Amino acid sequence: MVKKRLIACLDVAGGRVVKGVRFERLRDVGDPVELAERYSEVGVDELVFLDITASVEGREPLPALVERAAERLTIPFTVGGGIAGLEDARTLLQAGADKVAVNRAAFDDPALLTTLAAEFGSQAVVCAIDSRAGRVVTHGGRVPRESSAVDWAAAAVERGAGELLVTSIDTDGTRAGYDLELTGAIATTVAVPVIASGGAGESRHLADAFAAGAEAALVASIVHERPERVPELKAELRQAGWNLRS
Amino acid sequence: MRVVLADYGAGNLRSVCSALARAGAEPVIAVDPEEVLSAPLAVVAGVGHAGAAAVGLGPLADALRGRAAAGRPVLGICVGMQLFFERSEEGGAGLGLLRGPVRRLRARTVPHMGWNTLDTLQPSTLLAGVDGADVYFAHSYAAEPEDEITTAVADHDGSIVAAVESGPLAGVQFHPERSGAAGARVLENALRWSRSA
Repeated sequence: MVKKRLIACLDVAGGRVVKGVRFERLRDVGDPVELAERYSEVGVDELVFLDITASVEGREPLPALVERAAERLTIPFTVGGGIAGLEDARTLLQAGADKVAVNRAAFDDPALLTTLAAEFGSQAVVCAIDSRAGRVVTHGGRVPRESSAVDWAAAAVERGAGELLVTSIDTDGTRAGYDLELTGAIATTVAVPVIASGGAGESRHLADAFAAGAEAALVASIVHERPERVPELKAELRQAGWNLRS
Repeated sequence: MRVVLADYGAGNLRSVCSALARAGAEPVIAVDPEEVLSAPLAVVAGVGHAGAAAVGLGPLADALRGRAAAGRPVLGICVGMQLFFERSEEGGAGLGLLRGPVRRLRARTVPHMGWNTLDTLQPSTLLAGVDGADVYFAHSYAAEPEDEITTAVADHDGSIVAAVESGPLAGVQFHPERSGAAGARVLENALRWSRSA
């Protein structure tokens, strides 16, 4: 059986890892590759680098950072944030990213997912979906869109997404637990892995996400402050009966 | 030792290159069929779309066939391993060096994405020390060899071929370059295997 995954998310702005509450009030928490290596050492199963400045300032993604990460990491990582089309995705994948996460560009033009899947295989194509009260939002949560998150999730998979990164803006940064209703509704609708994101505070929250159908759970602030929390979380989850990589 | 990575345009060669260097090899990326033909070990790596990869291989296909015919070792990783086979449901013909199709996974969740346990079926140089280890998979299609060449499987709603070994050809469906210490061990083993193959 494939193991449930604990994924550490590094929100990157201006080449540094930052963390905010509900995509706002950012603070600097370190160098992306150094932090990523630290997480790999303590047992994180996978990493996500999200360039959160990209869709705000129209900046390029970060191929140089990706190259550095690809050379030093021995666990898989996804890169997202401001990917506008095929060429952005190609640049990041050729720089060494294992997967790209596409958010707004995919919602604006769902055919992009099909193009990416045809070129790189759907296992390299993550569709990132941000939701507020069950509705799709983009631009870091600031722009509401005309779709329910579940409907868009199903359409994204139909178009070629091989994995969904589902973030609830309502719970993000709160440490009060994932949005289980959202996670569960999407995980039971699609046949690709779903990563629950936004709101992790303790191991019970990850277990709840797995129980709701998520294949993986994203953590950020709770491990940025104390990476040693990772082996503790995994041990607690194993004790609760969840099958994770040792 | 010198290891040539066949560059067919869709692969994630940087990661494999770095991982091979860590394993003690001197990896070089090559588009030149002569270089691919003559290296002590050739690696066909990468995530990607099998159809796109088969097209991208172009003149390198003959170089890889030439290696196999001459008994010179080739290591295939993920789609690289799938290309050894005859045809893929993802699209396109493979190199036809191994008999059997590459079929879409019939599991509840596809892609098969994440860490899964290697179950080795027979001892081999390539898989020494990694039986029962967790390695990283990311694929929607898998080889279904017609011959008895499967050396390891993993379970994802049924048995999936995780490694094959046949003469000068070795293939792994998982990503050793992204599989932590166990993956590093597989690449070190592959270098050892290629010296004796």
